[in-house]
Amino acid sequence: MAAIQIDQVMKRYGTLQALGGVTFSIEEGEFFGLLGPNGAGKTTLISILAGLNRADSGSVKIMGHDVVKDYRKARSLLGVVPQELVFDPFFTVRETLRMQSGYFGLAKNDAWIDEVMHHLDLTNKADANTRSLSGGMKRRVLVAQALVHKPPVIVLDEPTAGVDVELRQTLWKFIARLNREGHTVVLTTHYLEEAQALCNRIAMLRGGKVVALDTTDALINRISGSQLEVRLSGAAMPASLAPLLSHPLEPGSNRAVFRIAEYTDVEPILAALRQSGAVIEDMQLHQADLEDVFIEIMEGNK
Amino acid sequence: MIGFRTLFYKEVLRFWKVATQTLTAPIVTAMLYLLIFGHVLEGRMEVYPGVSYTAFLVPGLVMMSVLQNAFANSSSSLIQSKITGNLVFVLLAPLSHWEMFSAYVLAGMLRGLAVGLGVFVITAWFAHLSFVAPLWIIAFALLGSAILATMGLIAGIWAEKFDQLAAFQNFLIMPATFLAGVFYSIHSLPPFWLAVSHANPFFYMIDGFRYGFFGQSDIAPGISFAIVASFFVVLAGIAVSLLKRGYKLRH
Repeated sequence: MAAIQIDQVMKRYGTLQALGGVTFSIEEGEFFGLLGPNGAGKTTLISILAGLNRADSGSVKIMGHDVVKDYRKARSLLGVVPQELVFDPFFTVRETLRMQSGYFGLAKNDAWIDEVMHHLDLTNKADANTRSLSGGMKRRVLVAQALVHKPPVIVLDEPTAGVDVELRQTLWKFIARLNREGHTVVLTTHYLEEAQALCNRIAMLRGGKVVALDTTDALINRISGSQLEVRLSGAAMPASLAPLLSHPLEPGSNRAVFRIAEYTDVEPILAALRQSGAVIEDMQLHQADLEDVFIEIMEGNK
Repeated sequence: MIGFRTLFYKEVLRFWKVATQTLTAPIVTAMLYLLIFGHVLEGRMEVYPGVSYTAFLVPGLVMMSVLQNAFANSSSSLIQSKITGNLVFVLLAPLSHWEMFSAYVLAGMLRGLAVGLGVFVITAWFAHLSFVAPLWIIAFALLGSAILATMGLIAGIWAEKFDQLAAFQNFLIMPATFLAGVFYSIHSLPPFWLAVSHANPFFYMIDGFRYGFFGQSDIAPGISFAIVASFFVVLAGIAVSLLKRGYKLRH
């Protein structure tokens, strides 16, 4: 059974088509990335999963339970970290977590609350009012709140936006552990290196539609090879190399980027440059990564 | 059940943590009304034979405090949670609409009744009160607070901004409570305004509540009770259906 099954989900806000028939499913135990530019529909889709928004048509199931018809079961299986940094200024961290446990029907949950606080480095803030916490600490509380009921499916909507390196590492270590223990994790982020390092499969959204859906490795392999970037002085680049450029030379620029399939392709380019009398002032070799794929897919779908 | 209990507890803790503002302040306000109106009108007005004006005023003020604070609790809690965004914690949880309804309404009732009790304990020193029918007192206090807490819930769901809620409070709740016969018997009004007062459900709450003290009222308490109870059923139906549909909460 799929952890999340999204079927033909449409959502419109006035004249804006936020989601135009989205269909895909996420299997149990996956670490799944949901990527796309701002306004692509990621948060709308997550809000529909969480029951915060309602789809105009289509259906979403969490572990087989419809998020509208069987909302109590669906919500109890889902833990969502919202994108907005929200908190209730009336309560301390521990009170907040106890109450969130209670909403999910758990009366005695202190052992797990302590464990979650420990893993998120929140223990020494347990009795602090949430109002007094820094942005990063508030973010940790939001993560802890999403995990109080040990949900089998965890959704994180840009959990690392504006967060320091230390929290990012703490957070990913803990989330990766939960994923190894069998929790399904869905992540949206604008940090593509994070997605590349963590996610085994990725969906890319643009304009409310899925424009790519594949394993992370397969997506990266779509862009074969690497790029060689050189800065030249002296003579201009020989015309014979023009077909190898990854994009046309800008007028007046001395920077050329070549697409290479293998490392053995580097030497002939350098030789041709030497022969023409050009001097290489700077040279870099870029390995293709998720960001290249992302840009290519997004530009290709304009 | 644990979900309901937790939300109820959270709602109570919320007003308890700011008790000066949510409990003490309205009690002081009600005392001021009693001192000023009682001072000015005592001896000049007799609404029911054998009942001093101050004594007449006490149940009205108690009920007015119950109603206003029951409304204030559910409405301000909801609008604050909506505007600060932390309502999401409740919306993400597997709470049914009945659980949400009961938790918000019962917490509002508790605050209204706590303020009402405080007002009563203090103002009772200033007047000779009788308790002819205590069960009516309890019944109208419970129903009145439930109605206003439910109205607060509806207003909190509907309002998107603080000023919309303030409009609801200032143009609907305040006039309806002040014109419900807190300070006078509606029989002292000209016929037109008497008829208007009969259309005000708040009038029946205060009139019935007062009957419990003096055994005298403008309307028979049984009739008032039936009207007030039906009003509650209608409002509760509206509130639960709004929660069920996710009106203005789940877009």
